[in-house]
Amino acid sequence: MGNNISLLLVVIPLIAAPVVAVLPRGRLPWAVALLITSLCAVLAGMQLWMVLNDGMISYELGGWAPPWGIEYRIDAVNAFVALIVAGIAAVTLPYALLSVEQEIPEDKVPLFYSAMLLCLTGLLGITQTGDIFNVFVFLEISSLSSYALISLGRERQALTSAYQYLIMGTIGATFFLIGVGLVYSQTGTLNMQDVATILPGVVHLKTVDTGFAFIMIGIALKLALFPLHLWLPNAYTYAPSVVTAFLAATATKVAVYVMLRILFTVFPHSFALATPAEELFIIAGIASIIIASTYAIYQVDIKRLLAYSSVAQIGYMALGIGFASATGVTAALIHLFNHALMKGALFMAVGAIIYRVGACRMDQIHGLGRAMPWTFGAIVLGGLSLIGVPGTAGFISKWYLMAAALEQSAWISVAVILFGSLLAVVYMGKLIEALYFKPVTDSGKEVTEAPMLLLAPTWVLVFANIYFGLDTELTVGVAETAAATLGVVKP
Amino acid sequence: MDFFVGHYNYWVVVLLMMVGLYTVISRGNFIKKVIGLNIFQVSVFFLYISMGTVEGGAAPIITEGVTVYSNPLPHVLILTAIVVGVATTALALALVVRIKESYGTIEEDEIHELDHSL
Repeated sequence: MGNNISLLLVVIPLIAAPVVAVLPRGRLPWAVALLITSLCAVLAGMQLWMVLNDGMISYELGGWAPPWGIEYRIDAVNAFVALIVAGIAAVTLPYALLSVEQEIPEDKVPLFYSAMLLCLTGLLGITQTGDIFNVFVFLEISSLSSYALISLGRERQALTSAYQYLIMGTIGATFFLIGVGLVYSQTGTLNMQDVATILPGVVHLKTVDTGFAFIMIGIALKLALFPLHLWLPNAYTYAPSVVTAFLAATATKVAVYVMLRILFTVFPHSFALATPAEELFIIAGIASIIIASTYAIYQVDIKRLLAYSSVAQIGYMALGIGFASATGVTAALIHLFNHALMKGALFMAVGAIIYRVGACRMDQIHGLGRAMPWTFGAIVLGGLSLIGVPGTAGFISKWYLMAAALEQSAWISVAVILFGSLLAVVYMGKLIEALYFKPVTDSGKEVTEAPMLLLAPTWVLVFANIYFGLDTELTVGVAETAAATLGVVKP
Repeated sequence: MDFFVGHYNYWVVVLLMMVGLYTVISRGNFIKKVIGLNIFQVSVFFLYISMGTVEGGAAPIITEGVTVYSNPLPHVLILTAIVVGVATTALALALVVRIKESYGTIEEDEIHELDHSL
């Protein structure tokens, strides 16, 4: 049973996707998708538990022994990321029912859930596989379905943003493919572990350098690392609420995981240290924290504000990776988890506002906080976590990131992390001011609190934000084990 | 001289890659962008396929009297990548059709104007 979980996590949503597509309209497709995602979340939880207790899981697809066959290789790192992806999917699905009924044309609903499951398949596949070409295939499965999901947004700009994302995403994936090809040409293998054992013998070759650069740029595009983030704000702004919440919490996180895997497992760590990659990560991280946070302050659309904030948060993860120390990578992994919780909660709360008001521009939501106290409460607590107030999950990640920066006496990074939190106070403050302290604009219709089915999943994530801010055993423990598994050599 | 002639397949790849990428970046027409993207992807297919060739090697089908075969793995990988490329192109074209339906144009600058005149 044990090893099979790793494959089941990918196969179950993959098989369910076409089934859901042909189900009759109504609520049945949603129910099936909910069942499947919940099942995946449980399996992902079991997988992490098994990995933590019994060590690495290896599954050989079709019984072909690696390095010839594809191997699914699960250690603490992928099990952790898989749990985040499957967990967020299981929380977004109950939320999806009402939101999707309102935002998506009825005849497209079964297809919507089908695309959602395919996206989940792709994201989980990336986390499970130990084969570098397989990563490309799953990357494209998740990307293609997310282009389709984004294009289903209510406004016509959704179409152009999906197109823009498609062009950028495909260039990114193709860069990754070129890199994989160049590495393959020197090592003759695609299995990550096998590449890792052969690479040290050929690292002096220019081809390997070039391959490494192509892979890094390709993933940085998928990751929306500044300055390659241009697709993200539009895509998140115009996508349906559920899709934004799901993608914001999972898609970029999985890309961060791939980045860590390539940097630390596939390439020898000394190789990455010898290239300017680490410095570039720190520079890109600092730039995205400051520039994207500043952009966020000037946004009038709340979803766009949060999207720019996401770019800034990716900057924090890039900083953690850039430090290349055990503490830095631990911080990046903790932030990966915590950011999924806070952005999930915030985008869901904004989705609840859209459900009631039909809009999310700053001037259209004046004073709504008083009419929708629970939604407002979720935004306040999510915002506090984003800022990094003690007692919330955000504090823990900032704390570890600071520790990593101080360890290396990287004073500029320390200042940037603090300044970034200050900017977060400004943009979240602006949002809260509009929601609570501005007089209600008379739109002629009474706004009431969002329905329970939207609030409950949002608050599950809000509580998770507070829980993981107080009890850090799971997040920090797993992240530390994961960082140790990646074999970070620099102290 | 050998640097140019001996690596001619890579020069073709680099040329195609640049043509494709430049088309994607410089053209404002959405269809032309998709064409550029296709050329870009095809260059990568060439890179893989030419990489798998073994000098004097036969097609990788076990035949009597043949000892040297080309490496079939890159070819198989590209088969997958072609499928991905076709799916991407299909999705991109579907999006372009819907963009044309709702905007009445597929020129990037005109769409930009339409979005900002609202």
